Amino acid sequence: MSISLDEVRHVARLARLELDDVELAAFHGELNALLGHFQDVQNVDLSAFGAKPHAVSLQNVWSEDEAVTGLSRDEAMRNASVSRAGLFIVPTIIED
Amino acid sequence: MLTQASAAELAARLKAREVSAVEVLEAHLERIDRHDPDLGAFLYVDREAAYRDARRCQEALDRREGGPLTGVPVAHKDNLSTAGSPTTCASRILEGFVPPYDATVVERARSHGLVSVGKTNLDEFAMGTSCENSAFQVTRNPWDPDCSPGGSSGGSAVAVAAEMCPVALGSDTGGSVRMPAALCGIVGYKPSYGRVSRYGLIAFASSLDQVGTFGRTVEDAALAAEAVSGHDPRDSTSAILPPVSSQGVKSGTLKGTRFGLPEEMFSEAVEPDVRECLERAVESLVKEGAEVKRLSLPSTSLGVSTYYLIAPAEASSNLARFDGVRFGPTVGGDGHAGNSARTRGTLFGHEVKLRIMVGTYALSAGYYDAYYLKAQQARALMVAEFDQAFQDVDVLVSPTSPTVAFRLGALRDDPLALKLLDRCTVPANLGGYPSLSLPCGFARNLPVGLCLTGPVNRDEDLLRTAHAVERALPWGYRRPPMP
Repeated sequence: MSISLDEVRHVARLARLELDDVELAAFHGELNALLGHFQDVQNVDLSAFGAKPHAVSLQNVWSEDEAVTGLSRDEAMRNASVSRAGLFIVPTIIED
Repeated sequence: MLTQASAAELAARLKAREVSAVEVLEAHLERIDRHDPDLGAFLYVDREAAYRDARRCQEALDRREGGPLTGVPVAHKDNLSTAGSPTTCASRILEGFVPPYDATVVERARSHGLVSVGKTNLDEFAMGTSCENSAFQVTRNPWDPDCSPGGSSGGSAVAVAAEMCPVALGSDTGGSVRMPAALCGIVGYKPSYGRVSRYGLIAFASSLDQVGTFGRTVEDAALAAEAVSGHDPRDSTSAILPPVSSQGVKSGTLKGTRFGLPEEMFSEAVEPDVRECLERAVESLVKEGAEVKRLSLPSTSLGVSTYYLIAPAEASSNLARFDGVRFGPTVGGDGHAGNSARTRGTLFGHEVKLRIMVGTYALSAGYYDAYYLKAQQARALMVAEFDQAFQDVDVLVSPTSPTVAFRLGALRDDPLALKLLDRCTVPANLGGYPSLSLPCGFARNLPVGLCLTGPVNRDEDLLRTAHAVERALPWGYRRPPMP
């Protein structure tokens, strides 16, 4: 299976990565090299195995419903790129 | 020389008050001043905080208090959050980020009396095998400064190998503790998944990430793990088990221990002189009474593909949080999506972007079943095979890396070749197994690492066996050729 340059552009958009043409061309080559390697997994019949999303079996963990102290607003905001009056300033999401 | 002493020796001398915590710190900081400009292990050294911690440790020691490592210096990989000091993951996208809280391991290290000397370099977001993907600097191997120290925790490995601290913390998602330990001639230990809290470890691939420890001896790596491991309610994947115990670590024996050698990990992909070095090491184990069984684990040939589908898929999701709003600098662009895409496109490095792309593709509609789901099934197959093998053997032996340290830049233009170096280390992450690399000899005057992997949550057994292996091997402890 190989990937076209247009698909690479589409994946970059899904991944929220703005890439110039030089980078897109580089990723095009590298992604195809990797996809070529991944062929080994494609070629094996794995139908007898269920998906294993985790290394070890995990159980749901419940904790007591107790109030604990978290970060203060100032602490949580300290790394914001842009903030005003204790709020994150976010670029426009919904146009007029 | 204080800097040549192991953590265990230093702790004993501190406890006996033959030496003070401040003197120990001073000796290591001098070593950093002398060698780090050439080696580039550290991204950040906080002397003031280190002296403050050392003085506090000394007060505890003066009161005859303190634990097994009180007053011993430690370094933290720079993807472990440290309250009040920069944590960058060696990425421009986190430049200037100062976490508001400590990672659990950082907090535990401090509460056990370890004195942090600073934050160490890594491949950006721990994605790499050579430590060359850092946005800030190259780290050099103390055995040959023209060679890579391995990655991604290269800075921590070099800090320990070059005696700038006796123990250090790293993270191991596909071999990132064991690989640099092997290439730098020290011990690197990745505990079972869940034994060490991931809280405050900046996530790369959550089902694989595990904090690990470096030391120049197995005992030191075990002592450091004991200090930082144990259940943490703040990490929902944390195992409800006590800390990894270092008690009895020296009591292991090779007599009757069953070692399994997977033939796929001794294939022609392994450099001949690395393979010979391993074979000689295995002969030494047999002389000491170990049983050696050659076996086949066919699915390990799928390990690299499985890993490089699952890890990027998880990374593409974990790294979505770096959107130019909540952390670090922002570059600007049209609207929220445009701002996010431009910030990420500009500030993430090439390898990080590549992995986000791979992960996004593997998870996208139409390809999920062909790639991500297939990789998860391959993971199930591999775990089934390994679990079966552990019915017959106590521990698996393999090279840690198929090569010794390679020249900086040599593999930069061949990302697939770099990824294939991980073939012996990724299975332990995919299965959550405890795994440890220790030096077993030299090839072309560079250290060779031997990797031991055991069943899940049998960490204490693995450490005991590793200690027995360390005693049996004719390595002694050789120091890198630096003044």
